[in-house]
Amino acid sequence: MSADVAGAVGRTGDSSDRPAGGGPPQTASPREREPGGTPRRGLTRILGAQPHGLLFSAPYIVFVILVFAWPIVFAVWMSFQDYFFAAPGADVDRPFVGFDNYITVINDPRVWQSFRNVGVFLIINVPLTVVLSIILATALDRIVHARTFFRVSYYLPYVTASVAVVAVWLFLFSQNGLVNQILGPLAPSPSWLINSALAMPTIALFVTWKGLGFYILLYLAALQNVPRELYESVSMDGGGRIRQFFTVTVPGVRPATLLVVLLSTITGANLFTEPYLLTGGGGPNGASASPVLLIYQRGIEQGNPDVAAAIGVILIIFVLIIAALQRRFVGGEES
Amino acid sequence: MRRILGSKITLYIVLSLGALAFLFPFYYMVIGSLQTNVDPTPAGAFPNPENLTFANYVAINERINLLQGLANSGIFAGGVVLGTIVFGVLAGYALAVLHWRGRGATFALALLVQVVPFQLLMIPLYVMIARDYGLSDTYIGMILPFFINSTAVVLFRQYFLQLPKDLFSAARIDGAGEFRILWSVALPLVRPALLTAVLLTFIGPWNEFLWPFLITKEASMQPLAVSLANFITNIAASTANPFGAMMAGAVVLAIPAVTLFIIFQRYFTSNDLGSGVKG
Repeated sequence: MSADVAGAVGRTGDSSDRPAGGGPPQTASPREREPGGTPRRGLTRILGAQPHGLLFSAPYIVFVILVFAWPIVFAVWMSFQDYFFAAPGADVDRPFVGFDNYITVINDPRVWQSFRNVGVFLIINVPLTVVLSIILATALDRIVHARTFFRVSYYLPYVTASVAVVAVWLFLFSQNGLVNQILGPLAPSPSWLINSALAMPTIALFVTWKGLGFYILLYLAALQNVPRELYESVSMDGGGRIRQFFTVTVPGVRPATLLVVLLSTITGANLFTEPYLLTGGGGPNGASASPVLLIYQRGIEQGNPDVAAAIGVILIIFVLIIAALQRRFVGGEES
Repeated sequence: MRRILGSKITLYIVLSLGALAFLFPFYYMVIGSLQTNVDPTPAGAFPNPENLTFANYVAINERINLLQGLANSGIFAGGVVLGTIVFGVLAGYALAVLHWRGRGATFALALLVQVVPFQLLMIPLYVMIARDYGLSDTYIGMILPFFINSTAVVLFRQYFLQLPKDLFSAARIDGAGEFRILWSVALPLVRPALLTAVLLTFIGPWNEFLWPFLITKEASMQPLAVSLANFITNIAASTANPFGAMMAGAVVLAIPAVTLFIIFQRYFTSNDLGSGVKG
């Protein structure tokens, strides 16, 4: 991934038609020419050949600082304080409390439960996503007819609002819903979404279904980079389709697999809408509560943003650790 | 020969089963929204066309104002698209074409922002925007965290990079300012690609639930995704046909994004998506 980015940056640098120092006047814009002489050359060294690039990007840079950089700092800072909501402009004392909020979080069994729930979710969602999307992408890559139809139908859940498709799943998986009607005597009791053992797996299945189209498209792009000769050489050696799949396709798309694993893990850690709506706020009895749902409940419903920020920081640390492990585990075999 | 034909048929069977699994819930959504009484038996999935009505749409519209919800969703998504087109294109152009100090750092920032998970930002953003700035129940508060889509900035940069450098040099020799070059030389050349980025940018906030849910408490300000969610959690149980009304709301929420996607599906190629998330 990073190699791609570096390559792109390198390209722009190489193809530059201007020297790094002061640009010749004919390539500089009129606005730059105005100051003229040595001062401009000095400024150029500090700001670059076309300093209005900074002006063009300024709104975006301000936006990123305001909406991403500062809130992250604020979150970490808040998690070490006794922070509470106050009327705008009110001058209140919010003392530094060290790790108090973290201790509250660690002693909260609901937090542990929500992290276990996400664990269950990831164990089901990530492998299922990888296996199904690689199979469907490979199949899609081999056919000639109706490709567009299949591509569009796989991608449809991904472009539809979660809230809309959640409504259908509620209907399908309700007590007397179609799924239970078809299963007949095999239907689980209590039903899917109110069964503490099945609620989280059902949510994992839902999220897999909803996001699969996106990952299929990622794999489809990766498959274009697998050299066709490799398939031929396997079939020359007498290997069939299955053998080709495991010896050429699977290793060939490993970078994409790493990306799919990482992205589906991050998405899984962000789980909120599904437990909030499908299982009525993480029910039954917290069996499908996710950390983000808990952040919402603790921080906004119960008015403890400091504790909620601490849960957020812990969650990010967990995600980073899992991502690092996945990188080693999935990506490390490459060389 | 027979073996090849057999494997081709297997491929189509696998793909068709997949398509069925993806499309059936949508079919069921539409059918469910048109039935006066829900029939969850398998036969209910194939009802007699004479029994279909729009009663559920009327029923849900009495509880949540669908038109107002659609308008709010449109303003929310439209604001994000506008901010992304104006400021995102400027940033993308500066990142691709201009040479200035801080360019590399800004590009790295645009990539980094895409992997920052929202769960870390949600509480501080809520405190800042709703409590400190008092922007809850406003469109500005809704739009602010999404105002410039970083994925789109990276895409814009990529489009501008593909244009030949000589084009820009030539325009500069002719005395055109950078803004003029962007407006009348670069933008017209990337217009088709621009459309893809705009669509991707539109669908995100249209479907977004968590943030507008946090920031809007007044029903008249809620985007449709939020008011439909409220309907599902609080109101549906008190209607005559709760699932039918829910399906009707779901159809109304899904149609704009799905229609846009189907019309412009050929622009949603894996390359663009890949470049959007890579890095």
